[in-house]
Amino acid sequence: MAEASLAAVTKRFGETIAVDDVDLTIANGEFIVLLGPTGAGKTTLLRLIAGLETPDSGTVAIGGGDVTSLAPAMRDVAFVFQQYSLYPHYTVFENLAFPLRAPGRRMGEQAIRKRVSEIAEMLRIGHKLKNKATQLSGGEMQRVSIGRALVREPNVFLMDEPLSSLDAKLREDLRVELKRIQRDLGATIVYVTHDQLEAMTLADRIGILDRGRLVQVDEPRTIYERPATVYAAQRLGSPQINLLPAGRLGLTPGSASAITAGVRPEDVEVGTPGGFDARVIAVERRGAEMIALLEVDGGQQVHALLDAHRPVGEGASLQVAVRPGAPVWFDREQHLVNT
Amino acid sequence: MSIAANPGQTGARGRWLAGSAVALYALIAMIPLFWIFATGFKSPPDSIAYPPKVFFEPTLEGYVNLFTSRSRQTDEYIKTLGPPKTWYEEIARSRNMVITGPSRFVDRYWNSVVIGFGSTFLAVFLGTLAAYAFSRFKVPLKDDLLFFILSTRMMPPIAVAIPIFLMYRELGLSDTKAGMILLYTAVNLSLSVWLLKGFVDEIPREYEEAAVVDGYTRLQAFRKVVLPQMRAGIAATAIFCLIFAWNEYAFALLLTSGHAQTAPPFIPIIIGEGGLDWPAVAAGTTLFLLPVVVFTVLLRNQLLRGITFGAVRK
Repeated sequence: MAEASLAAVTKRFGETIAVDDVDLTIANGEFIVLLGPTGAGKTTLLRLIAGLETPDSGTVAIGGGDVTSLAPAMRDVAFVFQQYSLYPHYTVFENLAFPLRAPGRRMGEQAIRKRVSEIAEMLRIGHKLKNKATQLSGGEMQRVSIGRALVREPNVFLMDEPLSSLDAKLREDLRVELKRIQRDLGATIVYVTHDQLEAMTLADRIGILDRGRLVQVDEPRTIYERPATVYAAQRLGSPQINLLPAGRLGLTPGSASAITAGVRPEDVEVGTPGGFDARVIAVERRGAEMIALLEVDGGQQVHALLDAHRPVGEGASLQVAVRPGAPVWFDREQHLVNT
Repeated sequence: MSIAANPGQTGARGRWLAGSAVALYALIAMIPLFWIFATGFKSPPDSIAYPPKVFFEPTLEGYVNLFTSRSRQTDEYIKTLGPPKTWYEEIARSRNMVITGPSRFVDRYWNSVVIGFGSTFLAVFLGTLAAYAFSRFKVPLKDDLLFFILSTRMMPPIAVAIPIFLMYRELGLSDTKAGMILLYTAVNLSLSVWLLKGFVDEIPREYEEAAVVDGYTRLQAFRKVVLPQMRAGIAATAIFCLIFAWNEYAFALLLTSGHAQTAPPFIPIIIGEGGLDWPAVAAGTTLFLLPVVVFTVLLRNQLLRGITFGAVRK
């Protein structure tokens, strides 16, 4: 395991800037998740670390050494792809052994067999080793491809939405498993996803990407509570954060530059006496909780996250207020205003 | 989407109908082949009998005539030779003939094998590399180059027969095996590049990228990951190339004569007494058909996968 870092890295594809002047240091043993929508540059960033792309400017370092001009094979990183990661013409065993048989490594057959069965046991695919890769279920396939990264004990693991092609249940199982393995091995992982739940649960730190720029890198809790920009605030939390102009719902900014308040739906309180009049437009029940879409102050819509047994129905009128101290404030450029 | 899903829905009756149609078509398509095969075992008079004979006394005379040169002799001379030593001498003697030596059929056949398989190998080998490059690398003017390659198929190759004939004469390539291999490779290359590019395009890049990250060079990744997945495509392409090179008649007739002549221009002009020796022609045709049949049967599993490529993939 080793640390990895990007310094002022920029990558263009023709006219579009895929990665724009990114600085990022990933500590040894850290699980970092890059979060952003499609086209934000997450995958390109990962490919730059792997050496599958060469930056137009800036440097990539792994384990303290500059690897910017090094071929992927020389960087000793492992890459887990979203799909198509297993060789269909090989068995599970051969797939897992493939990285160990690379010319630079030249491991003995005995050692390869031992290592592969260790990893297979760990991922609970030991009984499938003789199967062709195409005979596996989706979950097993992704286990094998994670296994293929694990057999090598590389400097850094790079994972490009490895769970996104799986169904919800499997994704949850593998997510837990992945976190456990990472802790056990102390692995350095850069993980790309557009799924905020994955990001929140897996990450030591989350990096928020917006059109190639790294907007904020922080612990999940910090990003959730003190997002650096409106964009970062919108990436975490479901339903999304409410954005209200200053003055609405009695929100008064602490500084002159603050013009927009960000209020998390769970910080919207209903039924409090002395609040503002609101009407319930829609209710979405999620089991333990419910989301109410409220209309206040002549047209302003606000999401509220409420207890499931709150007697709130569509069309009902009620009083609404924002929990004191909850709002975060953004300026004209949509940056966080420190208060 | 897939054809295989259809019979299951239409039920047993539909399957029976489809099966009968295929069987009927196969029967009709096989009649000429059967006739050629049968004619190879007829005697010369039977082969040109009218009305045509379906039932006849089989003889190996056609095959003997195909493989030998003979001369007609008088009874007196033949009597001086003593009894025939082999079964094929006996067949020749029965027609008052004496075998004077082997015919040139084996040479011509061997030329066909060398030229057919040689050009197929080259066309597929070069085609695989070119297809990979066109599929994966940034080639300047890629689309124009691909169109140019395709455009060579837009006219029948024989349209350029005269220029090629003149060029080959100047270059000393006329009537050489190398010349014919070069020519058939050039003609087949466009087909092979285009077909194989389709197959490479279907193989996700992630496979190679995974291999490269795992410590392999690009060439090793190509050999270990891409090539095995192209097997079906390569087999299908090889069959198409071989069929063209093997059957090609016009260029072979024009460019070869004594030394590098292939079987197609040779077989139809096997002369017997008083005209074409039809049983020998039929025998030669039968033997000529065999390699392509064997090659296709050997590769049929790959071929089937090659043809249904894309349909099976999710």
